[in-house]
Amino acid sequence: MSQNEHANEWPLWEVFVRSKQGIEHKHCGSLHAADAQQAIRMARDVYTRRQEGVSIWVIPSASITASDPADKESMFDPAKDKVYRHPTFFVIPDEVGHM
Amino acid sequence: MDYALHLADNALILGQRNAEWCGHGPVLEEDLALANHSLDLIGQARLLYQWVAELRADGSTEDSLAYFRDPHAFLNFTLLELPHTTALAPSARADRDYAVTIARNFFFSSYMVLVWEMLQNHPEPRLAAIAAKSLKEVRYHWQHAADWLIRLGDGTPASHDKAQAAVDFLMPYTQEFWCEWPAAKHALPDTQDMQTAWWTMVQEVLSEARLRQPEAKGHVTQGVHGIHSEHMSYLLAEMQSLARQHPGATW
Repeated sequence: MSQNEHANEWPLWEVFVRSKQGIEHKHCGSLHAADAQQAIRMARDVYTRRQEGVSIWVIPSASITASDPADKESMFDPAKDKVYRHPTFFVIPDEVGHM
Repeated sequence: MDYALHLADNALILGQRNAEWCGHGPVLEEDLALANHSLDLIGQARLLYQWVAELRADGSTEDSLAYFRDPHAFLNFTLLELPHTTALAPSARADRDYAVTIARNFFFSSYMVLVWEMLQNHPEPRLAAIAAKSLKEVRYHWQHAADWLIRLGDGTPASHDKAQAAVDFLMPYTQEFWCEWPAAKHALPDTQDMQTAWWTMVQEVLSEARLRQPEAKGHVTQGVHGIHSEHMSYLLAEMQSLARQHPGATW
């Protein structure tokens, strides 16, 4: 669709919700809203109805710059054969506990 | 007990009215928000009906109170049963006016914030507990309605005119909030301070919304005495027909 067909629509926002147990905000979806405050309110009704969260972030979707799917091979495949980058070769003493 | 029934009827009738937007909301996000509010209100109604049923101890249940009473037995404010239209619009589904929905939610939630604030300190612990739970919900309903009223009033000329028409149309019905009747007098002995606080809440938002504040005058409706508008029986017919056709049905 052309840009003009969206001219009368509210901008799109990406919604991030932090759950009770979670430490970080996780992306949970997007919605349309006229401004940031309204986006927060709508996110509350759309994404936290089932007690999913204790905190909400919204950002304009237009602010996100995404990697190009066409670059996937050159971007990510070279990491495949470099298993030594995983810290699985270290022996962790019991006293350290969970890391 | 009549006062608890009145609170329950208020919540149920507005919950049912606003649920009409479910699937028909102006945008998906608002559709969900309104349905959410209806579920809050119907939840409040259930807690109150369960309590009234226990007090009556005559075999009443929350379902018999909701589905098997006729219009004159309902004690809700007339404001809450009105369709989502101003007086001059026909009440067809296609003519639902979101400004009326928002203005009504704003007037009523402003009032209920004050009522629940007072009742959360009520000596009857059950009522106090219901009030404390409901207060959190209605504070959010108020934010939602006030936010939208400001956006509509201070929006385009068309949205401003519709918001003004809705406020003008509904304001006279708010007089019923302050009418004196025995059951309310017992639960809320002094409504003078509440009335002042309500007007302050309303004035602040209306002026931010650039809306003219109409007077609350004219005929005082009497829903709390069971004397309702012609819209009440249609609303109840839609809500009660299934339960009445299949009494005791479960799924």
